[in-house]
Amino acid sequence: MSRRRAVITGIGVLAPGGVGVKDFWSLLSEGRTATRGITFFDPTPFRSRVAAEVDFDPEAHGLSPQEIRRMDRAAQFAVVATREAVADSGLDVEQADPYRMGVTIGSAVGATMGLDAEYRVVSDGGRLHLVDPAYAVPHLYDYLVPSSFAAEVAWVVGAEGPAIVVSTGCTSGIDSVGHAVELIREGSADVMITGATEAPISPITVACFDAIRATTPRNDDPGRASRPFDGSRNGFVLGEGAAVLVVEERERALRRGARIYAEVAGYASRCNAFHMTGLRPDGAEMAEAIRVALAESRTDPGSIDYVNAHGSGTRQNDRHETAAFRTVLGEHAYRTPVSSIKSMIGHSLGAIGSLEIVASVLAMQHDVVPPTANLHTPDPECDLDYVPLVARDWRTDTVLTVGSGFGGFQSAMVLTGPDRVAS
Amino acid sequence: MTGAAVVTGIGVAAPNGLGTEDFWAATLAGRSGIGRISRFDPAGYPARLAGEVPGFVAEEHLPSRLIPQTDRMTRLALVAAEWALADAGLDPETLPAFDMGVVTASSSGGFEFGQRELQALWSKGGQYVSAYQSFAWFYAVNTGQISIRNGMKGHSGVLVSDQAGGLDAIAQARRQIRAGTRVVVSGALDASICPWGWVAQLASGRLSTSEVPDRAYLPFDADARGHVPGEGGAILVLEEAGAARDRDARVYGEIAGYAATFDPRPGSGREPGLRRAVELALADAGLEAAEIDVVFADAAGVPELDQIEADALAAVFGRRGVAVTAPKTMTGRLCSGAAPLDLVTALLSIRDELIPPTVHVQPATRYGLDLVCGDVRTGPVRTALVLARGAGGFNSAVIVRAAGDRAGNNN
Repeated sequence: MSRRRAVITGIGVLAPGGVGVKDFWSLLSEGRTATRGITFFDPTPFRSRVAAEVDFDPEAHGLSPQEIRRMDRAAQFAVVATREAVADSGLDVEQADPYRMGVTIGSAVGATMGLDAEYRVVSDGGRLHLVDPAYAVPHLYDYLVPSSFAAEVAWVVGAEGPAIVVSTGCTSGIDSVGHAVELIREGSADVMITGATEAPISPITVACFDAIRATTPRNDDPGRASRPFDGSRNGFVLGEGAAVLVVEERERALRRGARIYAEVAGYASRCNAFHMTGLRPDGAEMAEAIRVALAESRTDPGSIDYVNAHGSGTRQNDRHETAAFRTVLGEHAYRTPVSSIKSMIGHSLGAIGSLEIVASVLAMQHDVVPPTANLHTPDPECDLDYVPLVARDWRTDTVLTVGSGFGGFQSAMVLTGPDRVAS
Repeated sequence: MTGAAVVTGIGVAAPNGLGTEDFWAATLAGRSGIGRISRFDPAGYPARLAGEVPGFVAEEHLPSRLIPQTDRMTRLALVAAEWALADAGLDPETLPAFDMGVVTASSSGGFEFGQRELQALWSKGGQYVSAYQSFAWFYAVNTGQISIRNGMKGHSGVLVSDQAGGLDAIAQARRQIRAGTRVVVSGALDASICPWGWVAQLASGRLSTSEVPDRAYLPFDADARGHVPGEGGAILVLEEAGAARDRDARVYGEIAGYAATFDPRPGSGREPGLRRAVELALADAGLEAAEIDVVFADAAGVPELDQIEADALAAVFGRRGVAVTAPKTMTGRLCSGAAPLDLVTALLSIRDELIPPTVHVQPATRYGLDLVCGDVRTGPVRTALVLARGAGGFNSAVIVRAAGDRAGNNN
């Protein structure tokens, strides 16, 4: 029996700067930024007061009043992105075999926005240690355990196959899609609704990144605050959003004549076993993840056309992954465009990996590589071609996308364009 | 193709026993760990019982630098992982780092730690939030900390599907073994017995409000009235069967089959997914229903959910067609930690040819179950089915079988 392969046939996005794939790609291809001063709450007491927020009206996107009450913002994002992805795929989910359809959703911090808001109420502003259940929302258990996100998505499409939330911190968005691909390849499902969601812009998240100085204090210039690979960068900008993909077994997709965006050809993840938040400068574990993902995809490092970087805009990350790219790609690293869309839409923790997969798919579709915004003077330690400021017309058939996160997780995925899928 | 995934090491932290042998002795004796909550004053809450892990002093087991940066559930997980590796006779320092992975499940992260920092934020201000909050409470923390402490750099993971997640993590560990990882540390420890976690659990509407420990959690009983939550769980060491044999490791059993399904949309009228999970797991293991010796039930303790489980078992095994037990009546439901603990219990049942009882339950005849009640049942146990369900509709099933029973031939 030939090896089962997994292809992407539908995409849906909800990102800072606009809801939907079209707005997302305009922002990225025009090099605009969606970072701004925080508006969700008064950020005055905090060190970092910028974020990439989504202007999102759940009712305008078809959610009912009860759905809005039931779901944390991150679940709402996932449901809206799922609807776009399914419509885009042309898949008739009501006719599909529910037993052969599964769901994986990534999230690093779950319903943190809902939990923060609810805690504030049940504790009466932090006064009560013995918090009062009489003031809790009825769906608080769904905030406690974020597998509710996968349940909500499964209900949208009627999936009855394997459903789960993948929560490996800031690599969740890659690992979720990687897990979906594993399930298709092993035969546990033929169609996977997969991706990731995050809505972390709450006082507790801002406070905890303040405490370790991971986020930028560049509050006076919010639109230019996310500056990966630039010598003046000083931390990441918190973001939010969701991306959902329809991933199908290749033969099935070909049979129904689906438009195929790309194949998920290789995926691997490794841990640095070093520090919960720190990175060693050599990037050895990310390099190993990239090597294994390339081998699995039977891709020569020299045929990578574009690297979608983690590019969070912290000094340690930018150097860490630059070292990893140099280790695996060698001289080819210097000839390959590398860019970070976090410069435009911030770092949405567990969601960003899936948003970056969609950005990679769109780069292949348009043969345009999105830029790294705000990159004027590169850190001398970061000596690759980071596509500063302006998108580039660039033949893009094979993309490497990577992620790195708290807990030491390092993940890599290789996507190949529709031309290679045919063979 | 590489071979089967076998369990060679076990570490347990349960409400009725800290350490595998204490837990097993209590379980065989029918000793429950359920009691009135001691970690905070539960008088003001409608539910007041829980299964708390007794006698755990983290400082006796972990370096002092790890204490301020970890929630209770992470401390329990680190210690259980250490015990499991020692039990397996494995020294991680002697193995290549990329050949060892960690896959855990979580349901609520380090929630007690989270409550303390939320309180600091809202009562005093953001500058009082701990620098450790950024990673001490999130769902990935146990995998990350176990990986760091033991130098494990292989493919790792973190899965969340409420109570079903404990089995999904073990299944993911098996995938990594099959993909070539030499050793995977897997399982789950959960704990959210703090006022904030308690209020969130109360919202599930499934907690028993009984104040009598022997009458509070009675799955499959006519008096079933919800469940008692608990804390704890288990960590298991999985290895490829051939590699375990080569180093003469003691093998508890093989992870022989697995499947996960999701229930239909509420109100659809379609059959719940549990029966299909059982059938798919049997097919995955290459076993007939008649070859299963015992089922470790999910045992929700909510009549409607107990009925769904009983119906699924009757459909696959026939009414009273297989021995069923729920030792979690002695621990309470441990969120994602429950199923790994049930897997441990199943493996020890195979080892000692003893099926531990479901305590305090008078099974209602309408369920049609051969429920092991009161006393331990003796007799050969070669294969066991473990079930777990998560709120929202997650169903998972794992089959374990004795080492040597066709081990390695299922690929």
